[in-house]
Amino acid sequence: MNSRELILDRVRRALADVPREDTPYEGAVDRDYAREHGNRSVEETVELLAENLADYRALVHRCTGAELPALLAGLLSAHGSASVVVPPGLPSGWLEGTDIARVEDSAKSTPYDLDGVSSVVTACAVAVAETGTIVLDGGPDQGRRRITLVPDHHICVVRVPDQVVSSVPQALELLDPARPLTWISGPSATSDIELDRVEGVHGPRTLEVVLVSGDDRA
Amino acid sequence: MRVALFLTCVNDTLYPDTGRAVVKLLTRLGVEVDFPMAQTCCGQAHYNTGYRHEAEPLARHFSDVFGGYDAIVTPSGSCGAMVRELYPRMGERARAEGRGDSLAATLAPVVPKTYELTEFLVDVLGVTDVGACYPHTVTYHPTCHGLRGLGLADRPLRLLRAVKGLELRELPGADECCGFGGTFALKNSDVSAAMGTDKVRNAESTGAEVLCAADNSCLMHIGGTMTRLSTGMRPVHIAEILASTEEEPLA
Amino acid sequence: MSGTFVGMPAFPEAAHEAVANQTLRGNLRHATHTIRAKRAAAVAEMSDWAELREAGKQIKDHTLRHLDRYLVQLEESVTAAGGVVHWAADADEANRIVIDLVRMTGESEVVKVKSMATQEIGLNEALEAEGISAFETDLAELIVQLGKDRPSHILVPAIHRNRGEIRDIFAREMSEWGRPAPEGLTDTPAELAEAARLHLREKFLRAKVGVSGANFMVAETGTLVVVESEGNGRMCLTLPETLISVVGIEKIVPTWQDLEVFLQTLPRSSTAERMNPYTTTWTGTTDGDGPQAFHLVLIDNGRTDTLADEVGRQALRCIRCSACLNVCPVYERAGGHAYGSVYPGPIGAILSPQLRGTESEIDASLPYASSLCGACYEVCPVAIDIPEVLVHLRERVVEGGPVTQEGNKVVLKPAKGHAAERAAMRAARWAFSHPGALRTGQRLASRTRRFHPRTLPGPGKAWSATRDLPAMPAEPFRDWWQRTNGGKDTSK
Repeated sequence: MNSRELILDRVRRALADVPREDTPYEGAVDRDYAREHGNRSVEETVELLAENLADYRALVHRCTGAELPALLAGLLSAHGSASVVVPPGLPSGWLEGTDIARVEDSAKSTPYDLDGVSSVVTACAVAVAETGTIVLDGGPDQGRRRITLVPDHHICVVRVPDQVVSSVPQALELLDPARPLTWISGPSATSDIELDRVEGVHGPRTLEVVLVSGDDRA
Repeated sequence: MRVALFLTCVNDTLYPDTGRAVVKLLTRLGVEVDFPMAQTCCGQAHYNTGYRHEAEPLARHFSDVFGGYDAIVTPSGSCGAMVRELYPRMGERARAEGRGDSLAATLAPVVPKTYELTEFLVDVLGVTDVGACYPHTVTYHPTCHGLRGLGLADRPLRLLRAVKGLELRELPGADECCGFGGTFALKNSDVSAAMGTDKVRNAESTGAEVLCAADNSCLMHIGGTMTRLSTGMRPVHIAEILASTEEEPLA
Repeated sequence: MSGTFVGMPAFPEAAHEAVANQTLRGNLRHATHTIRAKRAAAVAEMSDWAELREAGKQIKDHTLRHLDRYLVQLEESVTAAGGVVHWAADADEANRIVIDLVRMTGESEVVKVKSMATQEIGLNEALEAEGISAFETDLAELIVQLGKDRPSHILVPAIHRNRGEIRDIFAREMSEWGRPAPEGLTDTPAELAEAARLHLREKFLRAKVGVSGANFMVAETGTLVVVESEGNGRMCLTLPETLISVVGIEKIVPTWQDLEVFLQTLPRSSTAERMNPYTTTWTGTTDGDGPQAFHLVLIDNGRTDTLADEVGRQALRCIRCSACLNVCPVYERAGGHAYGSVYPGPIGAILSPQLRGTESEIDASLPYASSLCGACYEVCPVAIDIPEVLVHLRERVVEGGPVTQEGNKVVLKPAKGHAAERAAMRAARWAFSHPGALRTGQRLASRTRRFHPRTLPGPGKAWSATRDLPAMPAEPFRDWWQRTNGGKDTSK
């Protein structure tokens, strides 16, 4: 017997007490918990997202679509960025306000290459207000996972209110598990020293989230 | 209503004052209480040390002795939890061992009728002011099996707040275990003693004269630690405080 | 489980040393009390916590009751998504599989995400014996690895170290492993985190093989989930060319939707955050993004034996949040090392003796490493009734009985060393079954009370070394009751 068969056989013998007509999955779980917490207007949900992002030390900015290129240019400049990684499908207008060096998100670029880049600008797939989370799903305007990891400065643009949901259950409904997902709640942090949270370990130490409303296709 | 006092073996042997206090208190509140002489022990120490099969005859005996009463009142959170939480489990385990429903059926009647004292006062009698007087500063330690097993919540505190002359001081880290834990106190005496010391230091920090709880087993451990640490505080069972009146203060 | 802890003394002896160590006591007290208050606040934000807890319990129970089916489904979906699934019955087999997989890449080093499963099987030691360096990248794991120490907490393995000790370890040891600690490193947490960032950066950038565990595996989609804080997980999961994930078979959930429960309860229970900084989910391999080779090693290593016990199997619901450690008064005073296992605290006290059996001295003592206060059960996000399982395992130790070992049903003998206790319990049971005998004993004790010593010899010393004995009353209650007709006859 190979180990696969051995383990499955052990499992089956261990479960000899479970009746054949055991409750099927559909009836086995009482999902009496909330789909979202609290009653909020759309504006209040966006406001909660901003609050919770800031609570975990993300820098939150708000603007209209027309203001976005200037805001992004200003953020990159204020950070002193010399270069920025750009996902292939980032709307072309977003970075038209800046002339700092652009680095393509390419399969060829090595982690060392990315380590030499200052910043990255992406969109996101969805944002979760209750937890202050942005989720990336590797879409064309977000790029490969590593481009939002190695550079020390990540600017993420969230289209509000369209991309904002209230809760984790609502976010999971919208996301495709076949895609590689990265859920981000604030800059990298650790609780490993005396169980108290400090920000800034391996991931980007600066996370800026731009909540952009209205038409962003400048 | 036929009410039986289940005093517990520890109280019967070591803390008869608590038993007398319960009788005095319930009598004052118009409850005629009986003490079935055949009572012994609920079997908790056996059960919790791993001797479930030794505990079974004691549980059956408990059911024989108390089954005929309408309510069974005990001044012990942990012994109350033994009957309410663990007797049903003992029945289930016997069934799972292929020994049929006999144990479960024997124990079932006493389970819903067993009340810890403060539960009986607040839930059954519907009183929080029992007419007591106790002019001392008191801090209250909620014992684990009462707090988390039976869910006594703030019942003891509501009773204490209504006591005339009593000044209640909040105990820091109140819901942390005192470290008694039955045979734990012997098998892991170093950790048990460290927990007891921390509990006593917290109690001392309140400046209260008295540490009150609803379980003498925990108070035996806390009190024994208090005298060893020469704190000057004393442990008192809640029944004795509630029994105390202006006319007949606690001795 | 690994041999790392063979020969550990029983819990009380190990705890004896820890209780007397004031630095350790202070470190643990500070850390556990910090997180306790925060967890309570994070949980209080959720009006539906009780429902989430119940759903989490039900999902895990259902999965365990049909584990064979979900394992096969998981294997199919991982394979369909481009992953390769391996099965390991025990630690040795799991280590061998990982060693062979690393060998095939031609590499001699791996970067690791913190993983309880790989600690459990002693993977680092096994890799080292084959000339493969395994670099721990979680900050606390790094502290433990650099300090040649053992983990003492599930979430924060270096919880027993304070910031000053961490500074000293970094300053002393980092140069042995790679980039030295910065000159003049202080003990501020931010600087320590920065030192770790710099030290590990070069290892991440050059890594070709990553090794991880997983918090969850979704059977229907083949998705694995790693929940983390620092970004070291993302580094290990996305930069290397090959990813090897070693995961216990109980980590399955049936559906993608089930994550909606655990992604709400796990972060709040473990780090007391609404959401941890980073969660990565991946399904097999993705063209052009992340590792192009993905191996999943499913390990049993005692889990099926645990599953065979109807009372004990609930321990397999555990999602390794460590809330039970943080609230445990015994853990707080004894520290994690006393538990002699990578799984310390209340969950360790029920997991280790089930995964490893109750034969060794340490494993036979773990079920007693609790006052049964119930704080662990109260905070557990999957409602594992730890006190129930502790008592169940105490029974296994003192009474023996049927258990499953490596898939075979055997009947255990009662453990040695409990003979006197067993006799005492029987005698007490006899006396309590005979009220007359009890009464005789009580009276004898009362009448001889003036001669009772304040301290006790023999086993009683365990009590009287630190606590006075209660004074024996003049008469037991039952005598008073009878003498005074239930208190009605007050003249007596």
